[in-house]
Amino acid sequence: MFEDILITIATAATPLLIASVGEVVVERSGVLNLGVEGMMVMGAVTGFGVALTTGSPWLGVLAAIIVGALFSLLFGFLTLTLVTNQVATGLALTLLGLGLSGMLGESFVGLPGIKMDYIHIPFLSELPFVGKLLFGQDPLFYVSLLLTAGVAYFLFRTRAGLTLRSIGDNHTSAHALGIKVIAIRYLAVMFGGACAGLAGAYLSLVYTPQWIENMTAGRGWIALALVVFASWRPWRVLAGAYLFGAVSIGQLHAQALGIGVPSQLLSSLPYLATIVVLVLISRNRRLTMVNTPASLGRPFVPDR
Amino acid sequence: MDTTPLANGRNLLEVRGLTKVFGTLKACDQVDLTIAKGEIHALLGENGAGKSTLVKMLFGSLEPNAGEIHWNGQPVMITSPGVAKKLGIGMVFQHFSLFEALTAAENIALSLADDTPISTIAAKARALSYSYGLPLDPDSLVGDLSVGERQRIEIIRCLLQTPDLIILDEPTSVLTPQEADKLFETLERLRSEGKSILYISHRLDEVRRLCDSATIMRHGKVVGHCNPRLETPSSLARMMVGTEVKNAERTTASVRGEELLSICGMSRKPAGPFSMPLKNIWLSIAGGEVIGIAGVAGNGQGELFEAISGEALQESADAIRIRGKSAGRMGISARRLLGAAFVPEERLGHGAAPRMRLSDNLLLSRHTTDGKAFVSGLGVVKSGAIQKAAQRIIEVMDVRKSAPDPEAAALSGGNLQKFIIGRELDRNPAVMVVNQPTWGVDAGAAARIRQALIELARNGSAVLVISQDLDELFEISDSIAVMHNGELSKPIPIAEATLERIGLLMGGAEPGHPDHAKEVA
Repeated sequence: MFEDILITIATAATPLLIASVGEVVVERSGVLNLGVEGMMVMGAVTGFGVALTTGSPWLGVLAAIIVGALFSLLFGFLTLTLVTNQVATGLALTLLGLGLSGMLGESFVGLPGIKMDYIHIPFLSELPFVGKLLFGQDPLFYVSLLLTAGVAYFLFRTRAGLTLRSIGDNHTSAHALGIKVIAIRYLAVMFGGACAGLAGAYLSLVYTPQWIENMTAGRGWIALALVVFASWRPWRVLAGAYLFGAVSIGQLHAQALGIGVPSQLLSSLPYLATIVVLVLISRNRRLTMVNTPASLGRPFVPDR
Repeated sequence: MDTTPLANGRNLLEVRGLTKVFGTLKACDQVDLTIAKGEIHALLGENGAGKSTLVKMLFGSLEPNAGEIHWNGQPVMITSPGVAKKLGIGMVFQHFSLFEALTAAENIALSLADDTPISTIAAKARALSYSYGLPLDPDSLVGDLSVGERQRIEIIRCLLQTPDLIILDEPTSVLTPQEADKLFETLERLRSEGKSILYISHRLDEVRRLCDSATIMRHGKVVGHCNPRLETPSSLARMMVGTEVKNAERTTASVRGEELLSICGMSRKPAGPFSMPLKNIWLSIAGGEVIGIAGVAGNGQGELFEAISGEALQESADAIRIRGKSAGRMGISARRLLGAAFVPEERLGHGAAPRMRLSDNLLLSRHTTDGKAFVSGLGVVKSGAIQKAAQRIIEVMDVRKSAPDPEAAALSGGNLQKFIIGRELDRNPAVMVVNQPTWGVDAGAAARIRQALIELARNGSAVLVISQDLDELFEISDSIAVMHNGELSKPIPIAEATLERIGLLMGGAEPGHPDHAKEVA
């Protein structure tokens, strides 16, 4: 029972984690892409559709990643090449994604989907209590953990990560040193798009294997908020995503038990708890300032 | 030239006819420049003469519209800073190109192309910095460092690339005189190692002391070449400006009137992680007096200005008294109503709204103090009266402009600064506080502004001038106090102040304020 709850928490947290970690990379490069929700929902509909047509959930995941990246490329072209306002473009991307996915997915509504198989390792997965939790979850759960570790390593241990952070801190200085600001931002934006697409595919292939219009249900926005509250640090994003997952699942159980608290209040608990805890961790202002990308959302036009 | 060791026809860099056009402005017009191996070559000119544009083209940050660059006799196209670095051109920027949220070592690593581990770079940087006498802690966060230390990072970063030509853009404008001496030693050592240096400055003394040859620019054109050692400061100044430059005249020290502005034991917590706290500041200014505050940038001058002007309130109302009234808890408008006037450092965005016309800017700063004159009882703006006042200021301060009432951003830095200072002087304030009055202002306008500040004091007002320009402070102040690390020294009467004494205080030689420390204890 307890192990099952932990597994549901992981399932609720994984899509948030994947999308947030991708957005950490985007924002660390100084670009604010508010279109996570739109890219996620495009990933969800693509993943579902491709998996259904080909019968392979893995092809669905791959397609979702590609579509997420291409969709973010549109954002990149508008904000980086044409220097449109990042906030407005991001919002437009979300609206476009929600509308487009509804249209593309119209014929999928109500169809039974394809569920990604859980990992099964003989013996290990059958261990009591921890077996299923550690060795018997869906493959994307492990991908999300590797992704977090990989991004943390990339950002803070590699030269390329340092270059990316430097652009987010001061793009004018980076340009003066000869760093290709726009090219690197394109790559970062596409990485974020690919992650959002993957997170969307998780929803339609693992979380609830079916297609429902607007099935992301605001998770893209939560992912965005997590990035900020986690001060742009991948491991804190993980903590925030799991906290959010835990409280969401906890309040569902509380509602099922019928304790005398209005359900609306319980439903808002995950949001409140996440905000409170992450505000508490980021109360060290100095650390927050050092981690905040100073160029975030500022357009860059090199003078030549 | 006898001072260039390898001058026998072997030039490192030759620039011919380099031109850069921004819109209708020719920032560089047919510029020629020749730098020999192993020489320190000065590039002289006023603000806006095109020096920075020229070196940005040499470093590949800007693309020239016309002209050619020869490196070691070969024609080259410097299309990016990366190409410049590969050729062997290193640059120390005027407005540092550093990343505040990263450590010194990480900043250095970013400019090196190869993938050396950060720890190796840190070790190399430490060794190199000590061998040149520019001590540096590679693990410190740049945001925590002083401007002088930041410049060391830039220099070390440049030296680690072992360049043949090092470009320094106004390197001493942020240094104490002693730090500048240290820099000159480093540069002389680099010259003895056979490296060439392009040294950009408008400080004539140091150019005469350091440089082997000089190219002088004015309005985007090269107007002369010379050996600075054979020139006098005034002959160099004449070449730079085109006309004789007059210093402001200070009449004999006036009678000390009653105290108009006093700061009593004011302290302030740092406003952000990279800003300076103010520590127990005492200062008293009487009518008729000009007090100058010297100091290396970033030692709390900006924070002090905000505290005096009322942008930041004090905890105690008595911390600041304007004309005898406790003003510590008052906002900007209330302090202005007491007769004070403030001119912040940043002209565009702080001193004036860039996209608004001069008359609008006048109304914005004076609607409280001159409410009756500028706004009718029903709250309708009297544009006629404002226009008239704006014209008066423009005439008095000799503000040159292209339209009758242009947007603030359309004026050159010097003319806008004249307008902003004139706007405050027009009220005939009892207390005038100015932060960096002539920063980035051409020599003619600077002289006009300094003269106006002296005249204001001679008519009985108290004037406080915060400036990084020591020459300016010596020219206009009756006494000079020094800010270091958020502390303010006792004001030194101008007769006793020497460049050396002020310089030592700027470097933190006599921290604190011994007399007042006793008062507190």
